[in-house]
Amino acid sequence: MSATTSTARGIPGARKDLTVARALGRRRHLTNTIVKVACVAATVLGMVLLASILLSLIWRGAAGISLTVFTHTTKPPGSGGGLLNAIVGTLIQTVIGTAVGTPIGLMVGTYLAEYGRSSPLANTVRFVSDILLSAPSILIGLFVYEIAVEPFGGFSGIAGCIALAIIVIPIVVRTTEDMLSLITPALREAAIGLGAPKYKVIVQICYRSAMDGIVTGVLLAVARIAGETAPLLFTSLGNLNWSISLGQPMASLPVTIYQYAGSAFEDWVQLAWVGALLITFGVLAINIAARLLLRRGK
Amino acid sequence: MSMTTESTQQNASFGNIQARATSTMNPAKIAIRNLDFFYGDHRALKAIALDLPERQVTGMIGPSGCGKSTLLRVLNRMYDLYPGQRATGEAMMDDMNIIDPKIDLNALRARVGMVFQKPTPFPMTIFENIAFGVKLHEKLSKSAMDERVEWSLTRTALWGEVKDRLHSSAMGLSGGQQQRLCIARTIAVRPDVILLDEPTSALDPISTLKIEELIDELKHDFTIAIVTHNMQQAARCADQVAFFYLGEMVECAPAAQIFTSPKQKRTQEYVTGRFG
Repeated sequence: MSATTSTARGIPGARKDLTVARALGRRRHLTNTIVKVACVAATVLGMVLLASILLSLIWRGAAGISLTVFTHTTKPPGSGGGLLNAIVGTLIQTVIGTAVGTPIGLMVGTYLAEYGRSSPLANTVRFVSDILLSAPSILIGLFVYEIAVEPFGGFSGIAGCIALAIIVIPIVVRTTEDMLSLITPALREAAIGLGAPKYKVIVQICYRSAMDGIVTGVLLAVARIAGETAPLLFTSLGNLNWSISLGQPMASLPVTIYQYAGSAFEDWVQLAWVGALLITFGVLAINIAARLLLRRGK
Repeated sequence: MSMTTESTQQNASFGNIQARATSTMNPAKIAIRNLDFFYGDHRALKAIALDLPERQVTGMIGPSGCGKSTLLRVLNRMYDLYPGQRATGEAMMDDMNIIDPKIDLNALRARVGMVFQKPTPFPMTIFENIAFGVKLHEKLSKSAMDERVEWSLTRTALWGEVKDRLHSSAMGLSGGQQQRLCIARTIAVRPDVILLDEPTSALDPISTLKIEELIDELKHDFTIAIVTHNMQQAARCADQVAFFYLGEMVECAPAAQIFTSPKQKRTQEYVTGRFG
C-alpha cells in the first residue's frame, strides 16, 4: 500500500457534503452584505453630518466675509467692526502655545518611548499625561487662572498661551511615544550596530522615521487649541480692543465667537459665523499644507 | 579587483597571509572560549568554543533556535540593549575580551559591523546612509567622504546602479539594493569583522547571488561570519562551517568536510536533511 492512499483514507469525518458547503457560503455572503451595508450607512451618516456642518458654515459665514473683517477690530454692535484683534490674538496664542508645548511634549514622549519604557516613573508620567489628555479644558483654564492670573493681578495673553501649551503637551506626548514605539527594533539595532550612541540614533534615525506621525500629532494639537474657548475664558479673557501685549487681556476667535454668537445683535452673530469659518478653514489649510510638505520631503 | 589604499594598508598591518588553500584556516581574528549566554534564566548558548579565522568566511548553520543568531549578537554586544540578557566566558578579538562589560561599545561596533536579515535603510538619502556611520568615528573632508562613499558602493557593486541618485532617498531602492546598501554602510566604517545574520533570506535569487559574490569579494579584506538557513549558501560562501544544535556548537570544520564527511552523527543528519 502506498503512502498517499493511506493518507487519503485516513481523513477523519463524514464524506464531504457540497450542499452543506453551499449553505455555509450563502450564510457568509449574507453576513458580508449586512455588515457592508451597515458600514456604508455609518460612513454616509458621518459624511452627511460633516458636510452639513461645513456647508452651513460656508453658507452663513461667507455671507459676512469682507475686507473689513480682516482690517477692523471688534466694535460695538451696529458700527461695522471686524475680527482683526481676534484673528491676531488667536494666531499669537496658538503659535506660542504650540511653540512652548511641542518641545516639552516631544521630550516627554521621547523619554517614555526610549528611556523610561515601563519603569515606575515612566508609568506614572504616562498615566498623568493620559489623564491630562482627557481632562476637561475648563479645568486647565481654572488651573492657569490660579497660577498665572490671580497672582499677577489680571487676565493676560501669556496666561492664555500657558493654558494652550498645557493642552498641547499631552497630545504631543502620546503621538510621539506611539510613533517612536512603532519603529522596528531592527532599524535601531542597525544604527547602534554601526557604533552610534543612543542620542544620535534617536535624533537622526528615530525622529526621521517617526516624522510624519509626530507632525500629525502637533497638527492635531494646533487644531485642538485653535478652537479652544474654555481655557481662554479664565486666562486671556478676550479683548474688544486692539492689543498684542502679552501682559494684557487678549482677544481670540473662539472667545469672540462665544460672546457674539449668543448676542442679540445681528451683525455680531454674523461675525461669529465668519469667525467659525475662519478657524475651520485655517486649520484645514494647515493640515493640507503640512501633508503636501511631508509628501514633497519623501 | 582593485583595492583602495585604505584596504591595502589594512591588509599589510595584519601580516602577509595571502596564499590560502581552501582547507587551511588562518589564525583566529576572534577566539571564542567557554561562552555561555542567557536570556533571563534560559541558557541559550552552552560553553561555545569557536575560532573565526581572519579574512575568511565562517558559516553558521543549524535549526531555528539553535543559538547561531544569538552568537552573532554576542559578538557586537547587541544584547546589551536588552535587560536580562547576559554572556559569560571569553570572546577574544586581538587582546580584547568582547564580552568584558568595561569595553567601549561604540568602538567595538566600529570594529565589528552587523548586517541584518531584513534590509534596514535609514530614512535618509543613499549618501547619508553611508556617511552616517563614517561620521560617528572619523572626521573626513567632503572630498574624502565622497571618496569613501564611492569606495563602499563600488565594493558592494552598487555604484553603477545608484551613482546618479546618491542624494535621493534610500527607501526607493529595491530590497536587494537596500541590503547591499546596508553592507556598504557597514564596510564604510572599515570594520575588522562583518557579521551577517541571514542576509539573503528576504531576497530573491538574483539578489541572493549578488550578495554571495560580494561575500566572496569582501573576505579579502574582512573577517566574515554568516548565519544562514541555506546549506548550499553555506557550502558556496564559507571557508569553515560551524553546526549549532540546541545551544551547543556541535562541530566546526572546513566547508568541504562538513558537507561530505562530518564527524558527528547530528551534523550528518542535519546536512543530509534528516531533521531541522
